[in-house]
Amino acid sequence: MTAITIMKRELKAYFTAPVAYIVTALFLIVSGILFFSTFFLYDRAELRQYFSLLPILLSFFIPALTMRIFAEERRVGSIETLMTLPVTEADVVTGKYLASLFSTLIMIAPTLLYIIPAAVFGSPDYGPIVGGFVGAIFLCASFTAIGLFATSITKNQIIAFFTGFIICIALAMIDSFLIFLPSSIVSVLSYLSASAHFTSISRGILDTRDVIYFVSLTALFFAMTVRLQQNSKN
Amino acid sequence: MIEVSHVSRNFGDFRAVNDVSFSIPTGQIVGLLGPNGAGKTTTMRMITGFLSPSSGTVKIDGIDITENPVEAKKKIGYMPESAPLYGEMIVEDYLVYIANIYGQNPAEKVPALCEECGLKEVMSKNISELSRGNRQRVALAHALMNDPEILILDEPTSGLDPNQVEDVRAIIREIGKTRTVIVSTHILSEVETICSRAIIISGGKLVADSSIEELKNSIGTSSSVHITVGSGKPADEAAQIAKSISGVAAVSVNQTEDGLSQLVVSVNGDTEIRPALIKKLVEGGFDLYEAALNKNSLEDVFHTLTEAK
Repeated sequence: MTAITIMKRELKAYFTAPVAYIVTALFLIVSGILFFSTFFLYDRAELRQYFSLLPILLSFFIPALTMRIFAEERRVGSIETLMTLPVTEADVVTGKYLASLFSTLIMIAPTLLYIIPAAVFGSPDYGPIVGGFVGAIFLCASFTAIGLFATSITKNQIIAFFTGFIICIALAMIDSFLIFLPSSIVSVLSYLSASAHFTSISRGILDTRDVIYFVSLTALFFAMTVRLQQNSKN
Repeated sequence: MIEVSHVSRNFGDFRAVNDVSFSIPTGQIVGLLGPNGAGKTTTMRMITGFLSPSSGTVKIDGIDITENPVEAKKKIGYMPESAPLYGEMIVEDYLVYIANIYGQNPAEKVPALCEECGLKEVMSKNISELSRGNRQRVALAHALMNDPEILILDEPTSGLDPNQVEDVRAIIREIGKTRTVIVSTHILSEVETICSRAIIISGGKLVADSSIEELKNSIGTSSSVHITVGSGKPADEAAQIAKSISGVAAVSVNQTEDGLSQLVVSVNGDTEIRPALIKKLVEGGFDLYEAALNKNSLEDVFHTLTEAK
């Protein structure tokens, strides 16, 4: 219940600040340009081009949304008023996580409209489209946890952004580098690739391995964020 | 009831608080004093659970703040130094949020606190637009939200105008009748007016913990007589006369701006020397302009205890 109260406050604070609208608008402009420039070029009724770029786009936009969450509280000092309320660190992290995830989902929600041109100009296969959006939710869930972790390590928003961006982009692009590496470690590293698991879900088949990957990635960074908050007392 | 026992706190190699112990019963207003950097804020942060002690324990009504932080924090109202609040929130929304966190009914508590802390005119303003005094009041309303048994205030009156200072002190006095209050402050007269007891910290160590009266008597000479005499005769002669009176510990002479001489005559204990001193000075041919008794102030105690370190 405490976590829900914190979540509501965070959401309200987020949507009264201009940053929310700027980041969301930028995301829609960039993804829109990338989507439509290739949509008519390839002349196919599908969203594959959009989904293939989504992990890289979110690597940039999610840390930009989450960078202020803890860094700003620490810089201003309001973390002291927050943490001396009868709340646990887990309550605070849960509330802030849910608010961030919700705002990320609002950011990508308008891209559901990309289905319209696909349906108008052809007859798309809806399996991969549904799969793609389900995968996008998983991607948002884990990148939001990474972003929250990044904003917990510093009071500087810029450092928080770059830390989150580097972790996310590494997970998004790791499979692009695999050809340079010896085959013995490729199989291990390819399991770490967020893009590979996302692509797998966006084919329209929900494989448990992919779900386990995203759930454990989210849980890992969530737990590390809670731990960081607990350690800040020491 | 607050029990702080053998609490220390390190920041890296620096020991900010060193083996501090005290306990405060219900219904007492205690002033926490010390120079800047003495460890006052660190001590308060350990009591409120914002920082964990490196060693030692803090108990709030018997509940260990490290072992059971949520239950302990429910009993505490805390106003941090400089009132760090969410600037983008409207005062009313902020107080409703705090009420919800404490599980209080906002419709009941928020208007009551708005009245008590004088926030009526600013309820619909953004916190970032408030003056320092009004921010401080919002922070006080926050601290009072859960009817705390223990109220901890870090420099509650800094930045307030004299009327606001009086309001805040009145609130503290009222609450202190039935609850435990710790106030940290630089203003020693504040401690004398609202606190019954003072804890002085210097260099991270507890250097004094007693009632205000005991503290004032603790540094030997307990009063001095200030006498202003005319310039007709040399002031040194007046000093000789003062020294000859029994009970006088020391005499110093200052020239005042208008050409008169001021003698500061320190007295041992409670000996009354004024009638004898004035009589002898007049008999000695001095023109007497002024005579006043000064009790040792908390300032003197504070300087003596904290400068030795």
